[in-house]
Amino acid sequence: MSRKTSSPAAGKSRRTGRRSPAAAAALIAVGLLFTGGAYAAVSATTANAQPAPAAVSQSNVEEGKKLFQANCATCHGLNAQGSPDGPSLIGVGAASVDFQVGTGRMPMQGHGPQAQKKPVQFTQDQINQLAVYVGSTGPGPSIPDAKYLDADGDAANGAELFRINCAMCHNVAGAGGALTEGKFAPSLVGVTPAHIYEAMITGPQNMPVFNDMNISPEGKRDIITALKYQEKVGNPGGIGLGSLGPVAEGLFIWIFGLGAVVALTVWITAKSN
Amino acid sequence: MSTAPAAVAAPAKSSGGFTGKAANYLDERTSISGAVKEFGRKIFPDHWSFLLGEVALYSFVVILLSGTFLTFFFDAAMTHTTYEGSYAPMNGVHMSAAMASTLDISFDIRGGLLMRQVHHWAALLFVASIGLHMLRVFFTGAFRKPREINWVIGFVLFILAMAEGFTGYSLPDDLLSGNGLRIIDGMIKSFPLVGTWISFLLFGGEFPGEDIVGRLYSLHIMILPAMVILFIALHLVFLIVHKHTQYPGPGRTEQNVVGFPILPVYAAKAGGFFFIVFGVIMATATFFQINPIWNYGPYDPSPVSAGTQPDWYIGFADGMLRLAPPHLEFVWLDRTWSFGILLPVIILGLFIVTVLIYPFIEAWVTGDKREHHLLDRPRNAPTRTAIGAAGVTFYAVMWAAASSDLIATHFRVTMEGVIHTLQALLFLGPVIAYFVTKRICLGLQKKDREIALHGYETGRIVRLPGGEYIEVHEQVSDYERWELVSYKDQAPIMLRPNAQGKITGSMRLRAAMSRWFFEDRIAPVTQTELDKSHGDDHH
Repeated sequence: MSRKTSSPAAGKSRRTGRRSPAAAAALIAVGLLFTGGAYAAVSATTANAQPAPAAVSQSNVEEGKKLFQANCATCHGLNAQGSPDGPSLIGVGAASVDFQVGTGRMPMQGHGPQAQKKPVQFTQDQINQLAVYVGSTGPGPSIPDAKYLDADGDAANGAELFRINCAMCHNVAGAGGALTEGKFAPSLVGVTPAHIYEAMITGPQNMPVFNDMNISPEGKRDIITALKYQEKVGNPGGIGLGSLGPVAEGLFIWIFGLGAVVALTVWITAKSN
Repeated sequence: MSTAPAAVAAPAKSSGGFTGKAANYLDERTSISGAVKEFGRKIFPDHWSFLLGEVALYSFVVILLSGTFLTFFFDAAMTHTTYEGSYAPMNGVHMSAAMASTLDISFDIRGGLLMRQVHHWAALLFVASIGLHMLRVFFTGAFRKPREINWVIGFVLFILAMAEGFTGYSLPDDLLSGNGLRIIDGMIKSFPLVGTWISFLLFGGEFPGEDIVGRLYSLHIMILPAMVILFIALHLVFLIVHKHTQYPGPGRTEQNVVGFPILPVYAAKAGGFFFIVFGVIMATATFFQINPIWNYGPYDPSPVSAGTQPDWYIGFADGMLRLAPPHLEFVWLDRTWSFGILLPVIILGLFIVTVLIYPFIEAWVTGDKREHHLLDRPRNAPTRTAIGAAGVTFYAVMWAAASSDLIATHFRVTMEGVIHTLQALLFLGPVIAYFVTKRICLGLQKKDREIALHGYETGRIVRLPGGEYIEVHEQVSDYERWELVSYKDQAPIMLRPNAQGKITGSMRLRAAMSRWFFEDRIAPVTQTELDKSHGDDHH
């Protein structure tokens, strides 16, 4: 191989080929950057619940564009215009990016009925830069104001809004539920207020959009309050059995309740040695 | 120990002490000793599976106790009110008095939440233990003559228990139970002509109305419990009259009952067992939440939550509805006839009636008019065991269908896939279960026969002086052999002309059914075979 590359003919063909001599070095640099960035993202484990919306500065847009082109463009196109493998992101707004990337759904792990949650691949700063870039491509929902995310609204109103608008897919206790063709509404336990809000205004996957005419920002704040209250209070009656309702309860009584009782009947009728 | 006045009062029983005197006092005024003597010497055989009915009885006692507590605080009215209790996410929410009082029981009455959970868990255990008890009775053939009527009484108790459960969990007027009532309303309305009228009668107008909780409450705490108690009493009277069945074994015959007397052994055991069951229920209710109505919220006809299921014992009905295929409507006589709900309801009705009258069907098919106090080992009645397995499979498929959405999310499959698979299994499952079970039973019978005749293989190879190698078989003891050989052989009915010298169609049907029931069978080992096999112990 070394003999081959050192020959003048080979050198000539490389110079006249479609790759520039710097391509190899650049590729290695990008690879290292990407690996290092991913590693940093994983090790950092951004537990930052409240994304501080990045300032829409030219540098952030530039950085976001670079990240986008390195990580998202394969499916969404170099200018977020979409491709046969992924939809256009022009006009989806910063909120979409913060939700999809911030919950680990994007970059998508694999094609399936819907994108699955997984460990987040970027730092919050990178997510913000991506969000600013995608937000700059066209008008769309922006990252919600922190005043709607404090989970300090009217829980009673929120619970009622949740039952009317959300429970048919997400279950009354937010435990999630099945949709058609392998799709599902995920569990809402442990989802950050920002992501809940963003999901409502952007309608990810099969979720409908709940715009501000439909549920006011205060109403969304109330819904978040109700969900967080439920999480905080936990289950007043003891272990919640996954909040799955009568199916979990029925399985429990047959397996553990009746199981224990049958074991005790065996014990009580056992002959003493 | 005896004091002077006692010696004067009852000189013949001077050593009785206080208990003796109290008993004597009672007996002289009530003549109860005759009854105590009769019942106290009643013998009950000891086997764990005979305690399952007792579990049901004790759960019912727990239900009565905890339910009484709940009636003190529950307000069975649908008057509109605004909740102002200590559960913040419901504060200021409009709801019915029933829902508000249930929330009060849960959050503002000392011990109320525990009692609610005790009541609900005990109800689940009540129906579950009845189910398991029925399976025991079915698979051991304990429903045969003279106990057919007691099977019917027990099955009515099962239905009553389901009705108690349904009326009970509908009382809080929460979202989940309201959805359940809506389904019942739909099932009632599915009946042509009369359905709508019955629904209006039940709900006092258009669903949901403002009457249903009060009406269900009357049923739940008066009519249904009274009927349950009545049927339990009948069930137990028949248990005493028939005497308890027992598993076959040495010394056990159709004429005797081998076991312990009620007094003192069984009364002590059963009394202790009551507290054990009570304890299991209390422990479950303490640590595990059930029916969190504060999550569900008040009933409102518009929202339906994902994962809405009934309690487990109504699950089979919900599952059957889910399995019904679409497009079962047609227009006839200028009216729409919809079978999307009616067809599943009819199938459920047929299933329930079949289980109810099974003892009579089997008695007719087998032509068996003997009394049976010795139980069948399930393998010794292969066809019945196979029928039972098919029935259990049918029920289980319906049951699984009720949780089709949870199966889809938890096993990451599509909901359509789950439903279509279960639709196929509803028909194929029982058939497969029937044949597999029957073959397993026959195989076990063959094994029993082999062991009775030749004993166990020991794996010890011995070389005889003549050079022949044999494996030593160890004979089973006489006690063990008894259990293997002591069942009755039953042959298909011979088709013979009746008194008029005719063979009617029903006789032919019965003969065919009987042939199906008994055709494949392994005859029990006879004495002659045993004697012969003992001649050549090794082979």
